[in-house]
Amino acid sequence: MAMVNSESLPLTSEQDIVRARQAVRKAAQQIGFSLVEQTKIVTAASELARNAVVYGCGGVLEGRIITNNGKQGLQLTVTDQGPGIEDLTLAMKDGWTTSGGLGKGLPGAKRLVNEFMITSQPGAGTTVIVIRWK
Amino acid sequence: MERIPILRMGHLLLVTIQVEMDDRIALRLQEDLTNQIEKIGARGVLIDISALEIVDSFIARMISNISAMAQLLNARTVVVGMQPAVAITLVELGLTMSGIKTALNVERGMAMLTTSEDFESGNGEQ
Repeated sequence: MAMVNSESLPLTSEQDIVRARQAVRKAAQQIGFSLVEQTKIVTAASELARNAVVYGCGGVLEGRIITNNGKQGLQLTVTDQGPGIEDLTLAMKDGWTTSGGLGKGLPGAKRLVNEFMITSQPGAGTTVIVIRWK
Repeated sequence: MERIPILRMGHLLLVTIQVEMDDRIALRLQEDLTNQIEKIGARGVLIDISALEIVDSFIARMISNISAMAQLLNARTVVVGMQPAVAITLVELGLTMSGIKTALNVERGMAMLTTSEDFESGNGEQ
């Protein structure tokens, strides 16, 4: 897996979520994702970015265009230094929420991508890596 | 601060969302719209989202909330113009927005709001 292109964006304010969406849209178009594919990865990015801003006390989004056996994909890494997630299994369950939201953020984002990895430690923040292949 | 304009057409309010919505704009719209409903006694709210390229769970919740708030103020809400890619993504995300009335475009949405029984029967106060 080779890194072709990489970009990093801060996630500290609501406006950063919009900026993150725009950057991910641009990268998705660059790879040649269809409109539906673009919409899915941008929506996933929006959910993850919001998680970082709202629950993670801010973080960073790193986007990379990657290739694997000639196949191109977009990899997004969202890292925050927030309180972390105590119970990952619970957090990945539909409907689970701490903020009165719909509880669709993480499990929803997972359904919109091809690969989803999450690591979190209480007190040490959360990292989510997602990949959508073309 | 950026604001989403609300147009009045008789007893209906028309909102066309054309900006990239962030949370603050969305929350402001909830406030402005409920105030307008109360002020003019609106019976229907039409929200045109044809310019929205994505609807994430926050925006979906905002739209659901507006619809619920409008209902409490005796106004019906119709969401129109959702892009097909947005509909596909929303369902995959797990958000079917089942409580929300939708129409394909503004024209059909208007027709729903102006011909509904509630609207006709509740129209006697003007």
